[in-house]
Order: sequence, then C-alpha cells, then structure tokens
Amino acid sequence: MIFDIKKYAIHDGPGIRTTVFFKGCPLHCKWCHNPESIRTSPELGFRQSRCIGCGQCIEVCPDDAISVVDGVITTDSAKCTQCCKCVDACIPAAREIIGSERGINEIVDEIEKDIMFYDSSGGGVTISGGEPLAQPDVLCALLTECRDRGIHTTVDTTCYAKLDVVKRVRPLGDLFLCDVKHLDDKIHRKITGVSNELILSNIRWLDDSGADIIIRMPFVPGYNDSESNIKALGEFVSSLSSVLFIELLLYNSGGREKAKRLVKFVDIVRAKHAEDESVEAATRILESYGLEVKAGSYNE
Amino acid sequence: MNERVSKLRQQSLDILPYISSERAELITDFYQSNVPMQVSTPVCRALSFKYIMENKSICINEGELIVGERGPAPKATPTYPELCCHDLEDFRIMSTRDRTRYDVCDQVKQVYEERIIPFWSGKTMREKLFRAMTDKWHQAHDAGIFTEFMEQRSPGHAIMDDKIYKYGMLRFKERIAETRAKLDFLNDHDAYNKDQQLQAMDIACDAIMTFARRCEDKVRQLAKVETDPVRKAELLNIAEVCKHVPANAPRTFHEALQTYWFIHLGVISELNTWDSFNPGRLDYNLYPFYKKQIDAGELTKDSATELLQCFWIKFHNHPAPPKVGITEEASGTYTDFALINVGGVHPDTGADAVNELSYLVLDVVQEMRLIQPSACIQLSAKNPDSFLKRACQVVRAGFGQPSLFNTDVIIKEMLYNDKNMVDARTGGPSGCVTISSFGKESCILTGYYNWAKVFELACNNGMDPVTGEQIGPETGDPRQFTSYDQFMDAYKTQLRYFADLKIEGNNSIERLFANEMPSPFMSVLMDDCIDRALDYHNGGPRYNTSYIQGVGIGTVTDAVAAIKCHVFDKKTVTMDEMLAATESNFVGHEQLRQTLINRTARYGNDEDYADCITVELFNAYLDVIDGRPNTKGGKYRVNLLPTTVHIYFGQVCGALPNGRLAGLPLSDGISPHQGSDLKGPTAVIKSAARIDHSRTGGTLLNMKFSPQVLEGDNLNKLMPLIRTYFKMDGHHIQFNVIDVKTLRQAQEKPEENRNLIVRVAGYSDCFIDLGKDLQDEIINRTEQKVF
Repeated sequence: MIFDIKKYAIHDGPGIRTTVFFKGCPLHCKWCHNPESIRTSPELGFRQSRCIGCGQCIEVCPDDAISVVDGVITTDSAKCTQCCKCVDACIPAAREIIGSERGINEIVDEIEKDIMFYDSSGGGVTISGGEPLAQPDVLCALLTECRDRGIHTTVDTTCYAKLDVVKRVRPLGDLFLCDVKHLDDKIHRKITGVSNELILSNIRWLDDSGADIIIRMPFVPGYNDSESNIKALGEFVSSLSSVLFIELLLYNSGGREKAKRLVKFVDIVRAKHAEDESVEAATRILESYGLEVKAGSYNE
Repeated sequence: MNERVSKLRQQSLDILPYISSERAELITDFYQSNVPMQVSTPVCRALSFKYIMENKSICINEGELIVGERGPAPKATPTYPELCCHDLEDFRIMSTRDRTRYDVCDQVKQVYEERIIPFWSGKTMREKLFRAMTDKWHQAHDAGIFTEFMEQRSPGHAIMDDKIYKYGMLRFKERIAETRAKLDFLNDHDAYNKDQQLQAMDIACDAIMTFARRCEDKVRQLAKVETDPVRKAELLNIAEVCKHVPANAPRTFHEALQTYWFIHLGVISELNTWDSFNPGRLDYNLYPFYKKQIDAGELTKDSATELLQCFWIKFHNHPAPPKVGITEEASGTYTDFALINVGGVHPDTGADAVNELSYLVLDVVQEMRLIQPSACIQLSAKNPDSFLKRACQVVRAGFGQPSLFNTDVIIKEMLYNDKNMVDARTGGPSGCVTISSFGKESCILTGYYNWAKVFELACNNGMDPVTGEQIGPETGDPRQFTSYDQFMDAYKTQLRYFADLKIEGNNSIERLFANEMPSPFMSVLMDDCIDRALDYHNGGPRYNTSYIQGVGIGTVTDAVAAIKCHVFDKKTVTMDEMLAATESNFVGHEQLRQTLINRTARYGNDEDYADCITVELFNAYLDVIDGRPNTKGGKYRVNLLPTTVHIYFGQVCGALPNGRLAGLPLSDGISPHQGSDLKGPTAVIKSAARIDHSRTGGTLLNMKFSPQVLEGDNLNKLMPLIRTYFKMDGHHIQFNVIDVKTLRQAQEKPEENRNLIVRVAGYSDCFIDLGKDLQDEIINRTEQKVF
C-alpha cells in the first residue's frame, strides 16, 4: 500500500532521489507531517481548492454522506464509508483516494525513469512512509528489484518493527534514515503512542551490523526540543559507530494543513516553528558530542 | 562595487529612456542631399553611416572609463526611419503608457511631424516589405499564424569573435584593398558590384575610426579643464586608448573592452539590427589581455572588475529602440538582448576553456544585477563543476541570469548545420537561445510560427474561426475523420502550406535587404564578407542560416493528446462535441474541460503517450522547414523559442482541446503548458529531452523554482539536474528563482519593486515593466516546489 511517489526528492538522502511513500504507520506522532500516511487502508481525501461545485459526488454517493453546507460541498465523515465512488465522479480531481496497491514492477518502472539523475547526482530511491518496515514483503521485493536495476536504496524508517524484519531489510538497503523522536521512553509514549525501546534497540542492531545510518530527529518546539533530550540524543548517537551525521528536521505546520484534506479526522497538533537560536543551540550541543549536524526540511 | 561604478550604475537605472531624434535627423539630412543619387546603394549606406558618425554628438559621462554613446546621452534612444518610421500616435502611446515608457519631448514630435514623417512616408523598408508580400501572406500574418521580424528591425543576430582583438580597422582596410586589387573586371561580371561593396566597407572602417577620434578629442578637452588630478590622468589615459583603438589592435584589457564597445556602437548606429550586437565569449576573447597584464603587474583583479563593470553599464545605457505600430497593451521591453557568454571549449582543441576571467565575469553579473547585458554560461562536460556551481550561485541570487547552455550539443547542432569543427566550437548562443558561429555567420530569425493556430485551422478545415475567413487549404471536416492519422495529416498539410507561404515571403525580404539596405560595417566584421566582396545581407558571411521559430509545442501536444485520447482511442467524446466545446470557449462544457485537463496525458510529465506526440509535432515541423534553401546560399533550420510572442499567439487562438480557454497564452519555448507538469523538474526535463535538439538551432526551457529549493546544499542537487539534461542533449535551461508571493506583491506595489528582475524567455526583465498578462503568465508557470 503506497500513497505517493515523489520525484526530485532532495531531502531524503544523497543526490537526486525518488521517494516512495508507504501507507500505514504504527506511530502516531502528535505533529505528524504526513497524516495521510498513518492509516493502513486507502482513504478519501478532498481538496476544497479544486472543487468546482458540480455536485456529481452528491449524486453518486450511496451513503448520502455528501451535501452542500453554506454553499460548500461537505462530506460527513460519520456517514462516509470510504467507498470512494465519488472519486471517479470527481472530474476536477478534488476528491482522491489516498493509498493504493501497486505492482512492484510498476513502481520500480516509475522509479527507474529518473535513473540518469541518480547516476549523475549519486542519488537513488528512498522508501519512506508511513513506516516501510510495516510492509516487509513489499518492501523487500521493492528494494530487491531496485538493487537489481542498479539503483541505490535508502530506507527512511521509525525503526519500530520486529528485529527479524530489520534483519531481512538490512542487506537490501544501502542507507538507513532512522528517525528518533524522543529519548525518554515515557515522553516518547506520550507523543508518539509507542515505546522507544524497540526503536533504539533496532538502531543499535543496525549500527552493529555496520549499516550506513543517518539519524534524523524532527525538531518540534515544545515536544522534543528540551536541552535534556538533545543531550540524551547526543549521548545515544555518540555511542554508535556507523552514523554518518544527525539531521534535525525543522517542524512546519504542513501536516496540520494536510490533515484537513482527509475526510476522516486525524488529530494533528499545531506546534511552534523552531527559532533559529534554538536550532543553533541544539546543533552546538550535538556537536559537543563530536557529531556532525545538519538542519533540514521534511519530506512531504 | 566602488563609488564610481555605483554612481554610474545608479545614474543608468534612474534615467527614463527617451527618444532622441538626432539620428533620424542626420539620416534624413543625408538622404535629402544629392549624395544618394550619385553613388551605388552600398556606398550610399556607408556614406550615411559615416555622416552619422561624423556629426552625431559625442557624450563622455562623468567618471566613466569606457566611453561612447549611441545617442547624445545615456538612455537617449535613436530611431531608424529608413527601416520603419514612428508616427505621432506611436510617440503618444510610448510616452504615456505605464510600462516600458519612453519619454518623447515636444521638439522630437515637432521634428517628426515636420521633417521625418513627410520625408520617409512610403519609403521605409517596412512599407516596401509589406508591399512586396502577397495577399495570402498578409492574411496569414494578420491572423497571427506567423510574425515577420524584418518589419521592425534589420537582420542581425550577430556575435563578435576574437578578430577585432587581433586586428585593427587599419588592417581590415588593407584586406579590403587587397581584395579590391584582385578584382577581375575582365572576366567577373560581378566585379563592379563587388568593388562597390568593398568601397562601402572601406568607408565604414573610416567612419568608426572617425568616431573614435572624435571621442578622443572630446576626452582631451575634458582633461584640459579637469581640476581633479586623478580624473585628469584617467581622462588622458582614455584619450590614449581612443587614439589607439579601433584603428589598431588593442594592447591592454582596457583597450580590448573599448575596442568592442566602439564596434558595438558602430553596428547599432549603422542599422537597428535584431538583438543589438553581442561580444560573445568575453572570457575567452579577453583572457590573453587579462593574463598578460596581471602577470606583468599592470592590472589587478579589482581594476579588471571595475573596467568590466563600467563596460556593463554601457550596455545598460542603451535600451532597445521601441517598435512602431505599438499598442497600449503590447508589452515592450527595454532590453536589447545583448548576451555575454562565458565558458565553453577551445575552438582548436575542444578542451575546457573556463579561465579566471570566466569567474570574474560571473562575479560582475551578480554584483551588477542589471537586465542588460544578459549573461549565459556555455557548459561542456569538460567544464569543471566549480564553474557550474558558481553559475548556479548567481542563478540563486534570483534575477534569471545566467542562462545555461549545453556547449556539447551546440557543437552537434553546428556540425549538423554544415559547419567545420573549429567554427562549431567558436560559436554559441546569442540573443535568446539561437546559435551561430561567432564572427562568421548571418543567422537570421525571420519570425515566429504559431503551431496552435495551425492546429485550430486543421480543426476547422482551413477556416480561421476567429474571422470566419478561409485562409488555409481545405483539409477536410474533422468530424468526418475516422483516425488520428487523418487528423494529423490535416495538421501537417496546414503546417506545410503556411511554412511555404512564410518562406516565399522571406525569400523576397532577404532580397529586399540585400539590394536596398546593405550593411557595410557589419560586413567588415563577419568572415568572409571581405573575401567574397559580398554584403552581410547577401551571402557574404561564411554561414547563412535562416530560422522560423516554432511556438506552442507544449500546448499543442496537450491539445493533440486530448483529441487522440478522447476522440480516437477511448471514443468517449465525439469530434463534434469537442469542437462545439472549443467553439463556445467551453461555456456549458465545464465537465468536459475538467476531463480534458485532469484525465489526459500531458507534455512535461515523462509519459510516453504525450511525449510521443511532442516528437511527432517536432518532426512534422522539421519536415516542412529543415534544410530548405534560403536566397543566401544557406539553409532554413528550426528553433523553438517564444520571447514573449506566446502571449500574442495565444490572444489570436480560440479555446483548445487541452482545456485552455480562448485568448490565454500558449506554452513558452519547450516548456510544458502552464500548470500541466505535475511531476516535478526531472519529468519536465525528460519530456523536453525527447525531441532531437541537435537538429535545431536552439530550444528554450524555462523553469521556476522557489528560492527554498536552492538553499544551502540543495544547490548541489540543481547541478546534476542541469548536467543530466545536457547529457540528454538538452540545449538550454533557465531558472526563475522567485516565489509567487513576491510576484503578487510586486504586481500590487510596482513602485516598491522596481528592482525585481525575472527571466521572461531568453532574457531578463524588470517584472513591473511587463504587461499584466505576461506578469500573470509568469506567476502561473508551474512553480517547481520541492520539499
């Protein structure tokens, strides 16, 4: 189940890349930047800006979930069964199905289209999500096919998966972008819904295996930007041996905007944007552990 | 920049361009004298040029190091009534419209009313040209199927090579004399014509030397009364420079720049040549002077920079002469398309030609931030990434310069166009994107060709739906067509018919300029005019190429794809429904329009369905134009660039099956139709690379990035994007690095955004000077937003 293939992805690893987004994530980070990636099943999306008010969707909806409220086409999420019949009827493409099953070869053919750009830039494919490790069979098949076609592979993961999945994927990935949200397990549970134990132990396993790793932490003011957390991150990463660098992904409010496009509600908080000074302070702390730090943007 | 440069630059920016009647008066004086009746046409043209250079006022600006102005002062813009004559309505419009305004004082209007207009009425090249064209040509021209370049300006598009830095005018005079001495009046029935042509060239050499001497005199006068000893010394040095060049070959970096500038002024005073005139590969041509003087300690990097900056300001002092027959809406431009090229390869060896001066020129481009001269890099696989990176940094500064050209494919294009390897490597692009072999070629852009209008005629059995006139051949009612191929046959028949019409017209216009408006000074500069004793307009140059510029490949691909997909492949829409929808401008057909927009493959997304149509359209265009002979011993070639004509061409077209509404702009260059490309820059590049660029004389690909995409290390990902396009034989790419918000703000508050420069199409312009429709067009071009 994937929900997007993005070309000229320039924030997901080295060079020019194509990023394939898997749908479904075991975490629910409060600020999630890709809220459409959380659920494992296809779901209905609606972009108000594209709607021309033709009403075709109202006619085809078998559940009477769509109506005009205050002159605007509105979908009642309680009534909507996500059958997505309205999507086919929506010619302006305001309604979309987010998430679909696609054949491995079809996906890799699309990825391969940009192979000249990967070659010239040292790029390749990045599998992101959602959580790619949550669909290990698809992931392994995809990575194997990319490898066979000579494409550099990167896995962007929360590392929240069983160890044997990590072990299966490890030899197929050239680079791992491992997300760390918080080092304090209690807080981690609070802000992502799951424990960080598995995450940290998987990262250690990957590190022991000698995999190339980039540690990425979303930098979300008020949630994980405390000095103690940054120090804990520094301590953790400096204890690893095959991390190339740390990347701080600066929070922006795009996730909340995207959540509004989902017919089924997903709760995404609005956090503050990081101040330059606090990013610099965090960078200095991490550097004091002898780590290389980059500040970057999210993949979206 | 230092205080001198900053002052000169500000002065150049602050003065509003204005019309000077000086040249018009001088040329009228000359043509009213008995001289034109006494001499041959080439000699007459040479003497008129000399008369201007002997009598025009000499302007030396305070503090400047490179001297000479075309008009009496910076931004004073002359007119060329022998080519086309402005009327009082032109003056009224140009002096009162909001954008690209030119001041016209009452005295100029009076001179025009009393002397210039009465004398030139009926005699201008523009009028002669229009009289020479057939009714069918006029019909097609008026319908907006093609435009004609030579109704406004004279054939030009010429670029200088290194010869003026090796030889002075005195040496050119010797060569002219040698050729004259060898003329065989006994056996060569053209000997008289050749002799007249050579005499004319000789007079033209004198004319430019006279002008330099007059500049020298004026500088010495100023030096005499100058109280500041530093400036006095400078003036005396400038006087020495003007004394030496262009009569003799330059000896220093300063003299080399001044040499070019004198030559430039000569070309743009003799005639109003298209695309001004171009120094070409400044870094390559000037490096020997730079290196020699740096090594000798006679020049520093700073002093060289200052000289280059002064040189830049001279270009900026010279806005494009405004057109005639202008309207309130038509957006003009101050930029005259002079282009400075850096990078490329060595002509003899093909080795990397990037040098220290290449980087210095890029520094100057970034610091000067002027709309003209424009700058480009010629990038070969042999040029280092550090050079590309520096260029990308300047691109990131966000004013559309430099544009990026692929030297390796340009060499292929040149070889395809019958040039030898050295001449192929000597050349590059000029003006917008069109290539020529520098110093050796007359490559003439003759007019734009509206593919969308041809498509519209194919949909209407040759009838123009706007006027109801039958202007094309009857290719059948498309409602009766049963296959896609039948439709394309109709399109190709229309395409050939109007290509023939355009070429027929061009053949007459070429003769008109060869016979009546020779260009002896330009002929001195271009190999092999002296050896052949033939004019620049008459096959004198070593290479003579004519172009008809195709416009609308993106829009027409999408329109054809819509017909192929919905009418012939899926059969979900009948041709009748499709044509009814476009005829009504989609009123009452919004559902269909949305289907066409959202459920049709479109160019720019790296999809075979659409891109194969692009290739078919391109090959169809090649078929009707490429390789056909012109009247100068050269051939027709195609190129795909729009400048701003995609706006006008859109205005004359009704709604199209790609969902585009009537009157809206067409796609520009080989860029996708506005808003059609949804898969990002790599997909656009791959679609654009599908056509065979090596069989063109240039293509133009515009991309717009918001500044964030190029922040920090991201620049390292722009470079491989460019390299990959070029590896796939892409000809040219340019970037607008600006966000939509900025543009909208500028639209609302023009006065606060006078400095906002955007890349339009092959050139950069002040955003606020563009017409509203063009502004909107730039805003709407798909922003390649990447996160």
